[in-house]
Amino acid sequence: MDNNGKPHIVPYKNHIAVLAVLLILTALSVAVTSIELGPLTVTVALLLATAKALVVLIYFMHLKFDNIIYSIMVAFVMFSIISIIVITFLDYLFR
Amino acid sequence: MSENLTPSGEPSYLQYKGRYRGIFAWIFSTDHKRVGLLYLWSIMTFFIVGAILGLLMKMELISPGKNIMGPQTYNGFFTLHGIIMIFLIVIPGLPAVFGNFFLPIMIGARDVAFPRLNLTSWWLYMLGAVVVLTSQFTGGGPPDTGWTFYAPYSFQTPTNMLPAVTGAFILGFSSILTGLNFIVTIHRMRAPGMSWFKMPLFPWSLYATAWIQVIATPIVGVTLLMIIAERTLNIGFFNPALGGDPILYQHLFWIYSHPAVYIMILPAMGAISEIIPTFSRKTIFGYKAIIASTVAIAFVGYFVWGHHMFTSGMSGVALYTFSILTFLVAIPSAIKVFNWVSTMHKASINLQTPFYWAVSFIFVFMIGGFSGLVLGALSTNVHLHDTHFVVAHFHFIVFGGTGFAFFGAMHYWFPKVFGRQYDAGWANIGWLTFFIGFVTLYGPMFYLGIAGMPRRYYDYVEVFHGGNIISSFGAIILIAGAGIIIANLVKSAIYGEEAKQNPWGGITLEWQVPSPPPLENFDEIPHITKGPYDYS
Ligand code: HEM
Ligand SMILES: [Cu+2]
Repeated sequence: MDNNGKPHIVPYKNHIAVLAVLLILTALSVAVTSIELGPLTVTVALLLATAKALVVLIYFMHLKFDNIIYSIMVAFVMFSIISIIVITFLDYLFR
Repeated sequence: MSENLTPSGEPSYLQYKGRYRGIFAWIFSTDHKRVGLLYLWSIMTFFIVGAILGLLMKMELISPGKNIMGPQTYNGFFTLHGIIMIFLIVIPGLPAVFGNFFLPIMIGARDVAFPRLNLTSWWLYMLGAVVVLTSQFTGGGPPDTGWTFYAPYSFQTPTNMLPAVTGAFILGFSSILTGLNFIVTIHRMRAPGMSWFKMPLFPWSLYATAWIQVIATPIVGVTLLMIIAERTLNIGFFNPALGGDPILYQHLFWIYSHPAVYIMILPAMGAISEIIPTFSRKTIFGYKAIIASTVAIAFVGYFVWGHHMFTSGMSGVALYTFSILTFLVAIPSAIKVFNWVSTMHKASINLQTPFYWAVSFIFVFMIGGFSGLVLGALSTNVHLHDTHFVVAHFHFIVFGGTGFAFFGAMHYWFPKVFGRQYDAGWANIGWLTFFIGFVTLYGPMFYLGIAGMPRRYYDYVEVFHGGNIISSFGAIILIAGAGIIIANLVKSAIYGEEAKQNPWGGITLEWQVPSPPPLENFDEIPHITKGPYDYS
């Protein structure tokens, strides 16, 4: 297995776009707290956080350009964490 | 040991002279074999401390009433005993000692992928250990929460929690770095020709373990930070008075700590899977089934943590989901046992000390595993939770499983590590004494738990006296056995006969390099053409 990711030098524009997306999503996650969503509060917060993490991973950390194996590994970790959270909520939602 | 030159005349890793001298040649060495031995010595030292704490607790319990310590001291003792044994010994345990030493050799590499990071892991481990131990001598006195640091008590107790929790946090980092290092090493540094399914089973088990270390450890890290934030900044994560939920602590703690029990047992199973074919002189039965079960245990093991919380007031749906998942995880464990036993079937077995450790491992592991199922069933758990039955369960499986495998691996790889052979007679006597002591010490706890004796109390009522006398005598026998084993190994490491390159007739790569191996293991990186256990 060798490191045959695509060559990639990304322009500063991309970094600024990532920053902008992160700031907007942060503002959004603060804003939604004013809406009463009941048990969905945590879901929304987690979804927004996931979106932020994905933007960082894919664009800022260049997962997009790297060998597919790294994306598979990250996807597998994400899947595990999501399952863990879902199972935790089997407790909270049915108490 | 000037005789230990490789065929090309290189000195062994023990004699190699680098930039530093004396102890610095070790604590600043990035050689994976020296780092492995650093861990071995640290772990052995902590083990002696932890074992003495355990013995003293058993002496307190030898008869009802106060014997040698009061309740507060006892609480401090079982907390420190648990922290040392879990965080300082069995979690780093086999990966840090034998993984560091043998993973690169077994996959035909010259070192791990990041040798400096590897040394950093050991330094973090020592730093974490020192921070944990300062909790004993400073502030409000030794922590008394048990190794689980359960909320709400862990933010109420006046004892010195912060260093203990911070230390555990640092130890987590050490564990993550080791895991990361091993994942990269296994992906990138296998010798030419060593495809995934030509890799020996001990590296496979380290690979699955490394993923658990990397994914699960951050969760406990964050949880420990939450305790610190709660204690120092009054943020309400777990404290109901501040809007928190104490059961959330248990979730977060066990989301890490159940997978952590697989960090302890998977490498142990890996070592056993090396010992059994060598002494059976036979290919391992069901090589791929063992790999599949290793991966399955690592994966399903993430989803069963709730079985530690059956009586804590979770929802009914969560209760039976966790119970079913817990029963599922026993299946891959059983698969491995069948494979080991089938490997021995009709083999010409070479009865040597490592093999004794391996078969006794299977015996105690099965008792531990079956008692796990008793605890995994909802109805029986209500009766047995927080009794001595649980103490028996996890000692059978952690001490009996991981501990026996550690000693087995020690006796298996000793000639390779030190280039000397131990006295087999004393090694066997040590094993037998230890085994008898072990069963005598922990066996009665099953009965005591069923009879209703709770865990974590310094005292008990008269009806439990009989079982406790037997158990406490078992502790004395076990300590005697451990003493024999350690004395024999230490003496042999210094004065033992020279070991041959391949004393047991093993065929994995570590037996193809000199004993002890030279600095970079191989003069020439081997080309792998056959599977790892091909005795044909
Ligand atoms: C066959 C697989 C296993 C099953 C079904 C199982 C089940 C359980 C259950 C249900 C408990 C909770 C008991 C209670 O507190 O009421 C428990 C406790 C425990 N188990 Fe296991 N277990 C298994 C394997 C293991 C392994 C492989 C290890 C470690 C190598 C382990 C280590 C522990 C520890 C340390 C505790 C006690 C934690 C504490 O409260 O201090 N178990 N087990
Ligand atoms: Cu568990």
